[in-house]
Amino acid sequence: MSMIRTNVLTCAGTGCSASQSGEIFENFNKYLKEHGLENEVKVVKTGCFGLCQKGPIVAIYPDKVFYSHVKPEDVERIVSEHLYKGRVVTDLELSDEDMVTHEKILDIDKIKFYEKQQRIALRNCGKINPEDITEYIAMRGYEAVGNVLTTMTPQDVIDVIKASGLRGRGGAGFPSGLKWQFEKDQPGDEKYVICNADEGDPGAFMDRSILEGDPHAIIEGMTIMAYAVGAHKGYVYIRAEYPIAVHRLQVAIDQAKEYGLLGNDIFGSGFDFDLELRLGAGAFVCGEETALIASIEGKRGMPNPKPPFPAVSGVWGKPTSINNVETLANVAQILLNGADWYAGIGTEKSKGTKVFALGGKIKNTGLVEIPMGTTLREIIYEIGGGCPNNKAFKAVQTGGPSGGCLTEHELDTPIDYENLVEAGSMMGSGGMIVLDEDNCMVDVARFYMEFIVDESCGKCTPCRVGTKRLLEMLTKITKGQGTMELLEDMEKLCHEIQDTALCGLGQTAPNPILSTLKNFREEYLMHIYERRCPAAVCKDLLTYTIDKEACKKCSACARQCPVDAITGVPGKEPFVIDHNKCIKCGGCMTACRFNAVIRR
Amino acid sequence: MKSLEDLKKMREEALKKVEMREGDKEYRVVVGMATCGIAAGARPVLNRLVEETAEKNYNCAVTQTGCIGMCVYEPIVEVYGKDGEHTTYVKVTPDMATEILEKHIGQGEIIEEYTVEAARSGQGE
Repeated sequence: MSMIRTNVLTCAGTGCSASQSGEIFENFNKYLKEHGLENEVKVVKTGCFGLCQKGPIVAIYPDKVFYSHVKPEDVERIVSEHLYKGRVVTDLELSDEDMVTHEKILDIDKIKFYEKQQRIALRNCGKINPEDITEYIAMRGYEAVGNVLTTMTPQDVIDVIKASGLRGRGGAGFPSGLKWQFEKDQPGDEKYVICNADEGDPGAFMDRSILEGDPHAIIEGMTIMAYAVGAHKGYVYIRAEYPIAVHRLQVAIDQAKEYGLLGNDIFGSGFDFDLELRLGAGAFVCGEETALIASIEGKRGMPNPKPPFPAVSGVWGKPTSINNVETLANVAQILLNGADWYAGIGTEKSKGTKVFALGGKIKNTGLVEIPMGTTLREIIYEIGGGCPNNKAFKAVQTGGPSGGCLTEHELDTPIDYENLVEAGSMMGSGGMIVLDEDNCMVDVARFYMEFIVDESCGKCTPCRVGTKRLLEMLTKITKGQGTMELLEDMEKLCHEIQDTALCGLGQTAPNPILSTLKNFREEYLMHIYERRCPAAVCKDLLTYTIDKEACKKCSACARQCPVDAITGVPGKEPFVIDHNKCIKCGGCMTACRFNAVIRR
Repeated sequence: MKSLEDLKKMREEALKKVEMREGDKEYRVVVGMATCGIAAGARPVLNRLVEETAEKNYNCAVTQTGCIGMCVYEPIVEVYGKDGEHTTYVKVTPDMATEILEKHIGQGEIIEEYTVEAARSGQGE
């Protein structure tokens, strides 16, 4: 009899797939066969491990050894050394250095990146094969929905969710139990539930990773929600730009139907529930619930005024509850472990954990799940490892285009919905972008405004025209054409848009400007008064000059210059840049080996 | 699947596939699988350990390691407890492996006569 003695887990999330993890998977199978180990070692494709910076990641169990930055050509060595001879390939091993003793830390649970995390929504990501329903079942999957359908009334379920304190993870933080109660209290038999998987914030990929790593958790969460509110039909609204997530979710839905976990008379309880995927074309506004509903109905994805709220009149004019992916990933765990368990995690008003997609100027880019109440400093420095290349931290952007930038002063704020709003940003769906001294805050605001202008659906004037004007004003400032009147007008327009736009997208669109103005006003003023960009980002405000003293007259800069703007005599006269010709490409600065080119 | 009972059965079946990914076991059983170990017959020992552990649900994780430098005593099986104490069994055969699982992992009894200390004193070292 042959028995599997070792599991090799390769990450098959979007990030690692882009770094050839598919080839790694195939190579494992190939070399295992060559070594005659194919009946002893099983290779499993799994979801995101979270530490995307170090990907592709390969985990070997039960040895609990993690390899990082694995390349397809490394696989032969891992098979012949580790799996055949039992010797860990140490140079590929994922490790961390102890701050004090400088000893290598190899235990995955003690590595700084994972130590502070508490994984509830991501619990199965990187542990199970998302395309195998039995592996989810092994992790107590579908037990919660089984208990719910056979032993609890819909009101019991809602009471548990209310008591747990679960709030919407899409950003606004509306209590999920209340939302469900509203829909349940509506008259009528035809009701719907929707999972909002239209993740659109720049830099955010929490929902994608959950769907890719643990799709059954969403199906189970939706079934529980449907039972609680009295719906029999659900939609997952997911963007077509997430092909891996769409595929895994479809596989999961098909498997669940095959096992009788979706369909008629689930667990012999008489409860019927069917689930359907709806692909969105990737419009940001379709994450707004009324626009999302319009899109599901086959209409153009545009928001409608609220009320009526979806709980009263949602998809097809029927009562509908819409929850975000991460919210739903928590539901089964709450019912398995109890409301008290969940309510015991987090802060007074924000319970449980939150997943953040950590990106930007940070050492450990990736996905982290932390209990509410963890401080920004802990996330950025202890988990994220701080800014790379010893650059100084400047700000952290949370909440995407609807959020704002927080500075050094707010780093010790415990993260929860209220605290982040008070600090001038918002929780948002969980994108967290770290900015360092090389980022210009005016440029950051301009980036988000550009995004909003692209994504505005055009239904209401404040958003359609207003954001376009804001972008023009910001662009003027970055070009050195700003005046104080312009700045005042811009601020005024920001407040007007906030007060008059139709939906959340428009109302929050000025936030990136307002929050950078609040925290980094002096940077705006430098652009206006001194015509200078302190972070040296805004091209039109930069000048390159060559320090005569430092110049070694080597002509490297002149040879690099694409527009022949640099003149001098090699070996005799120092080189000079003609500012009228210079296109500010920075080529000379990179070419100079003596730091003689100065950018200001 | 029509009932919670069905789900439970399926779960127990499925658990065997994934439980090795739950790192927390009472014991870690490590087999020396370098060239010296394999030549001395470590592979059948490893296979026996893996099979019996899966079949009888012993609370241990079976893994392999390289050469630990006592090639003359291969196949070597080391048993690590949770608090770090460890026992080295030498010249292990598949049947001895079964016994080690039964007594050491199952009942917490060290089989002194199979240990490296016993082997050494027997040779008058």
